[in-house]
Amino acid sequence: MSTQPDLLYSEDEEALRSAVRDLLTDHCAAPAVLARIEGDEPHDRALWKNLAESMGLAGLLVPEERGGQGASHREAAVVLEELGRAVAPVPYLTSAVIATEALLACVGSEAETLLSALASGRTVGALTVPLSATPGREFTDVRATDSSLTGRVTGVADAAFADVFLVPTPDGLFAVDASADGVTVAPQTSFDPTRPLATVTFEAAAGRLLADTAAPAVRRALRAGAGLLASEQLGLADWLLTETVRYTRERHQFNRPVGSFQALKHRLAQLWLEVVNARATARNAADALATGSDDTDVAVAVAQAYTAPVAVHVAEEALQLHGGIGMTWEHPIHLYLKRAKSSAIALGTVGRHREELAELVDLRAP
Amino acid sequence: MSLDAARLRTLTQEFLAAHPVATTPREEFLSARFDAGLAWVHYPEGLGGLDAPRALQAVVDAELEAAGAPDNDPRRNGIGLGMAAPTVLRYGTDEQKRRFLKPLWVGQEIWCQLFSEPGAGSDLAALGTRAVREGDDWIVNGQKVWTSGAHNSRFAILIARTDPDVPKHRGITYFVCDMTDPGVEVRPLRQITGEAEFNEVFLTDVRIPDAHRLGETGDGWKVAQTTLNNERVAIGGMRIPREGGLIGIVADTWRERPELRTHDLHQRLMTLWVEAEVARLTGERLRQQLVAGHPGPEGAGMKLGFARLNQQISGLELELLGEEGLLYDDWTMRRPEIVDFAGRDAGYRYLRAKGNSIEGGTSEVLLNIVAERVLGLPPEPRTDKDVAWKDLSR
Ligand SMILES: Cc1cc2nc3c(=O)[nH]c(=O)nc-3n(C[C@H](O)[C@H](O)[C@H](O)COP(=O)(O)OP(=O)(O)OC[C@H]3O[C@@H](n4cnc5c(N)ncnc54)[C@H](O)[C@@H]3O)c2cc1C
Repeated sequence: MSTQPDLLYSEDEEALRSAVRDLLTDHCAAPAVLARIEGDEPHDRALWKNLAESMGLAGLLVPEERGGQGASHREAAVVLEELGRAVAPVPYLTSAVIATEALLACVGSEAETLLSALASGRTVGALTVPLSATPGREFTDVRATDSSLTGRVTGVADAAFADVFLVPTPDGLFAVDASADGVTVAPQTSFDPTRPLATVTFEAAAGRLLADTAAPAVRRALRAGAGLLASEQLGLADWLLTETVRYTRERHQFNRPVGSFQALKHRLAQLWLEVVNARATARNAADALATGSDDTDVAVAVAQAYTAPVAVHVAEEALQLHGGIGMTWEHPIHLYLKRAKSSAIALGTVGRHREELAELVDLRAP
Repeated sequence: MSLDAARLRTLTQEFLAAHPVATTPREEFLSARFDAGLAWVHYPEGLGGLDAPRALQAVVDAELEAAGAPDNDPRRNGIGLGMAAPTVLRYGTDEQKRRFLKPLWVGQEIWCQLFSEPGAGSDLAALGTRAVREGDDWIVNGQKVWTSGAHNSRFAILIARTDPDVPKHRGITYFVCDMTDPGVEVRPLRQITGEAEFNEVFLTDVRIPDAHRLGETGDGWKVAQTTLNNERVAIGGMRIPREGGLIGIVADTWRERPELRTHDLHQRLMTLWVEAEVARLTGERLRQQLVAGHPGPEGAGMKLGFARLNQQISGLELELLGEEGLLYDDWTMRRPEIVDFAGRDAGYRYLRAKGNSIEGGTSEVLLNIVAERVLGLPPEPRTDKDVAWKDLSR
């Protein structure tokens, strides 16, 4: 194994966290998110503008000389923790991480231009693959004939908000403007309304070639996405635990706070343990991605295999321990549960990550 | 001037030059290391340390390990090193510190812990062993139980009741008990593994000089808190490699013996492999926090996590071995010096791991501690708080 990963948060990272948290406290309160997901536009354009343009967070992973902030996955992970805590409906993971990573794997002026456009936050990109895609998968839904693209991809996250699609085909990776002729984006009714999915159809749409083979860029993008998704899941779980502890201390039944009943205390302590573990593994994945460690594949697989079920477990327990109020539309827990459960399918299920891990650490199935 | 890592490295190298590993006898080497302040660097000068930050011990250990220096076999004296020493350091008189710390560290004197009693386990403060003052001595009578390693020990940390007329937490006093004194009788207690690792200890008119009291009379519960808290801190210092614990043993079996593999076992193996790796990372994160001077509450969870993992992994290992899992290596009633997970067979590991969630505080009690002290949840309603110990129902 290579050098020890740094599993802590630096002072700068903590400063970044509090800046993002302040913004989200002011501009992403749960009632607003609830109202938004029922309207025509689930994404929060104003919040995205604040985060991406004013704070410059969309360009964290992009080097300064290429139009970004020259930070790393460690900082992006902290941003995602906070976005997870707020179940913020912004395309950070999809545009600032996944699409950006795909472009970072490409060379040429087309890719460079798009990269700095995404880094500025004024352009939103989406890698046109289903949100459930695993890093190792092949993508053949869209075919290219002389840069004219035809095909259909379902389940593309945040597609409705994207200005440009990065489309993997057997003939290479292409960029297609969302406004181009022959492109249709049809929103789907999504289990997680805060990260909505859409079907993207290309009918002889004009593409610009980014790379002759799509696989390396897609693999890199999905690996970074899976690794950093763990930080979003951590943030989500962290918020749920804090809220549930607060609630069970305040809610009285049988003349005492329900949080004083041992059956509940033990469950909450167990959730705390899981969150503590999730933090170590999410940090490990972020650090491995940031340092380009040889251990990155293992770190990402471990992070997803552990953190995804933890987020779901904490959300399910949070709902149960809130009793009737937890079951209502008005309380935000359901937003968290929906995000947690869909994230456990996103970018590879636990089982897929474990299978990959078995290969990586030489523990093969029979 | 406070010591930094570079200075400590130099000091350690100078020490090694003056006491060559190859030619210095083991005990002489360890004794000199203590005198040089390189035993536990955060202890005061003259008591095995240099008043350095605790985290810097790792620097010394790494240098000594690289040089192939003998260690003081910490597994043999876990209670002494992990629990008795920090308590003596915090509450002992100068004379007690000088008398006890060095032989303890060098491993010449092994320690055990006379805390639990048949009627006081999780509710340790309910203990009934009596200590009555007589001149300069205390006369102690009572029975202790589950005393690990009592058969090898020279000294014990002991808590006893010195005032039954006040509520239970207030009438306890903390002592050092000489296990060779008349009236101390150690009887082996055989455990499920077949061996007798722990014991019953009967204390009959044992005379403990008042000079062996740690802390004030009646303050023993507070002193015991230091002991119990230190039980958990010990984990932070160690760095374990990937597959460092029991998971490594099972993983190797899996790799070497493809004929044992089934799909169901594979699912469970990978789940536990991931959990073991995550526990390792949490331990590493805790260690990094300690080094950075911001210890986190994670330590409170580490023991819980390891207990569960050890039990699940050792359970899986037996099933993986199939037919061989039906055999056991040795039921002889031995009285071992250490707990040896790696040196015994899978059956032993499975059975011994059951103790991990009981010894040093049960998992249930630790979950209470996490819930109340870390999460700030309300305490259980208490019925014993303001009642004199003698009036409690037993
Ligand atoms: C291998 C081994 C080595 C040991 N070595 C030593 C030693 O060297 N020195 C020493 O002094 N002691 C030693 N012990 C004793 C150990 O500390 C006690 O066994 C332990 O604290 C539990 O006490 P008990 O056995 O009396 O169980 P009890 O306290 O009777 O507990 C019975 C059950 O009730 C549960 N329970 C109790 N109170 C609560 C509560 N408030 N909330 C929820 N559940 C509760 C427990 O978790 C347990 O499941 C050792 C034990 C083992 C297994």
